[in-house]
Amino acid sequence: MQIFHRSTNTLSRATIYGAIFVVAALFWAAAAIQRSPYVTYAGVRRPQPVPFSHQHHVAGLGIDCRYCHTSVETSSFAGIPPTKTCMNCHAQIWTNAALLEPVRESYKSGKSLVWTRVNDLPDFAYFDHSIHINKGVGCNTCHGPVDRMPLMYNQASLQMEWCLECHRAPEKHLRPRDQVFNMRYEEPSSSKPVEVDGKEYTDQLSLGTDLVKKYKLRTVTDITSCSTCHR
Amino acid sequence: MDEPLQNKRAPVIEPGYTFGSVTDKISAIVLTRPTSNTWFIGFGVMFLLTMMLLFAVSYLFVKGIGIWGVNVPVGWGFAIVNFVWWIGIGHAGTLISAILLLLRQSWRNSINRFAEAMTLFAVASAGIFPAIHVGRPWVAYWLFPYPNTMNVWPQFRSPLVWDVFAVSTYATISALFWFIGLVPDLATLRDRSEERWKKIIYGMLAMGWRGSARHWHRYETAYLLLAGLATPLVLSVHTVVSFDFAVGIVPGWHTTIFPPYFVAGAIYSGFAMVLMLAIPIRKVYNLEDFITERHLQNSAKVMLATGLIVAYGYVVEGFMGWYGGNRYDAFLLWNRLHGPYSFFYYMLLVCNIVIPQVLWIPKLRTNPVWLFFISGVVLVGMWLERFIIVVVSLHRDFLTSSWGMYYPTRWDWMTYIGTIGLFLSAMFLFVRILPMISIFEMRTLLPEAEVKE
Repeated sequence: MQIFHRSTNTLSRATIYGAIFVVAALFWAAAAIQRSPYVTYAGVRRPQPVPFSHQHHVAGLGIDCRYCHTSVETSSFAGIPPTKTCMNCHAQIWTNAALLEPVRESYKSGKSLVWTRVNDLPDFAYFDHSIHINKGVGCNTCHGPVDRMPLMYNQASLQMEWCLECHRAPEKHLRPRDQVFNMRYEEPSSSKPVEVDGKEYTDQLSLGTDLVKKYKLRTVTDITSCSTCHR
Repeated sequence: MDEPLQNKRAPVIEPGYTFGSVTDKISAIVLTRPTSNTWFIGFGVMFLLTMMLLFAVSYLFVKGIGIWGVNVPVGWGFAIVNFVWWIGIGHAGTLISAILLLLRQSWRNSINRFAEAMTLFAVASAGIFPAIHVGRPWVAYWLFPYPNTMNVWPQFRSPLVWDVFAVSTYATISALFWFIGLVPDLATLRDRSEERWKKIIYGMLAMGWRGSARHWHRYETAYLLLAGLATPLVLSVHTVVSFDFAVGIVPGWHTTIFPPYFVAGAIYSGFAMVLMLAIPIRKVYNLEDFITERHLQNSAKVMLATGLIVAYGYVVEGFMGWYGGNRYDAFLLWNRLHGPYSFFYYMLLVCNIVIPQVLWIPKLRTNPVWLFFISGVVLVGMWLERFIIVVVSLHRDFLTSSWGMYYPTRWDWMTYIGTIGLFLSAMFLFVRILPMISIFEMRTLLPEAEVKE
């Protein structure tokens, strides 16, 4: 007596053969999801109490990063400005704008605006803005084109592989210190060389290699050691 | 061949069986024999112990490993002791199924199937411990190298990583070997089942086995290849497990004798477990004709031989403690003999060296009751050996101020006893739903199977 239909032969062969691809696809999907904005929120604009536009304030008005993020050069934390900083201008302009009502309310009551944090590293990672700024890592190297972000989003995945990409080869990303806050800085090329200490550089690698020496970066072994970031 | 001597030994299968009666007898245990109340009680008790394991592990996940007795200086406690103990027990199955197959020891045919099952269940019990002892078990998969978002790999210079590969390879090969060996028997069960659902389940597992010459040819090739793959594992797996200790610079761990001594100890405890399972099983299922005095005697001889290698290991450790002239090694030896855990060290010597010497006496080595008792003693002894290696070496470390004691908590015990429950419930299920003796390999032992030239 036959228990199985003839087609079972083909079915079982196809299943066993296909299982390899199914398993491989599952691993691939897991890896892809883990790196996708679904997990990292990269590129996802977050709602804020006031729809503050970096594009307008940075590119449109030409305000320097440090006007608001005052402690970025000296502290681990770049700093979120107090409402007073907003009111420096908004006491004079757009004083009746409905959009700015939460700002005025905060100024009157003395209660801080509660912004939604966008570039949020996990607490087990130690991060210090000042050291990066002082060693020639540009704001937009990590934060992306903030001057073109009407609403803030994180450019990078903020995953450890992303940190290590630079920590393992910092020369690929460094720029002169005076260009750190330049949102439209371009890597040196033969058409647009970058000058440092009277020397013209036409490619990033030679510039970066010299900056690593000039700014006295710790060795790659040091800056990729576990306890550099996980203290 | 020395004929008279041959005849004095018990046969590997009692006379009077035919192809049909062997198949009937073994498949009936699974297909027609009613499940006894004893089976239900035994399985029920073991299932409850498994639930206790589940409870202990769940509580561990909630609270963390602080509920265990481990602390500085003894950071490796029951989890590692039990892991090594279980992995060691598994080794007998692979030795019986692979090495004895390649050596054409046909007496293995009646015990290889359940010894392999024992290997699988022992590896499963062992595998629980490394996963739960890591403190953050939800990231236990970090043990495996894979392209992760952290862009870091495991430390390949660490024996703990080698261990991951050794044990996972071992589990895979053992499972494959066991399953491939089962295929012809699953087909027998498919053909002999009365109920349709049984036919379907056994039929799917049998993967279309029809017993054609081509099937047999491929089966033999695959089985031999897997035996060839599994053979080095008998030596390599416990060698790598011993590296977990031997690579560390802790007195009592850092010795070159560890790999052979661990492998011998593994086979020693494994055969003890085989006997502890075989003796009740053959009694309950009336399989004395298949698992004969010869099997008991052979297993006892393997135990005796490997036990002596283990004893040699103890002697060398003691000798090197004195001869090596290293004061820390000398202190370790002194501490084993006179320290706070000395009672367990003497117990270890009694269980692993003194008592098993009665196996020299042929009368005792063929007596199931005695063998059962001695096997139990050996299993306790081999557990104590791992306890001594892990705990005694650590509790007096180089820094005198951090000397301490290790006391297992109730959670340690619940987890350990729970894995015994898991192991035995799996065994109970196995004897009930799969042929515990290889039917077709038993048939090859019959006079009928001899090809007349």
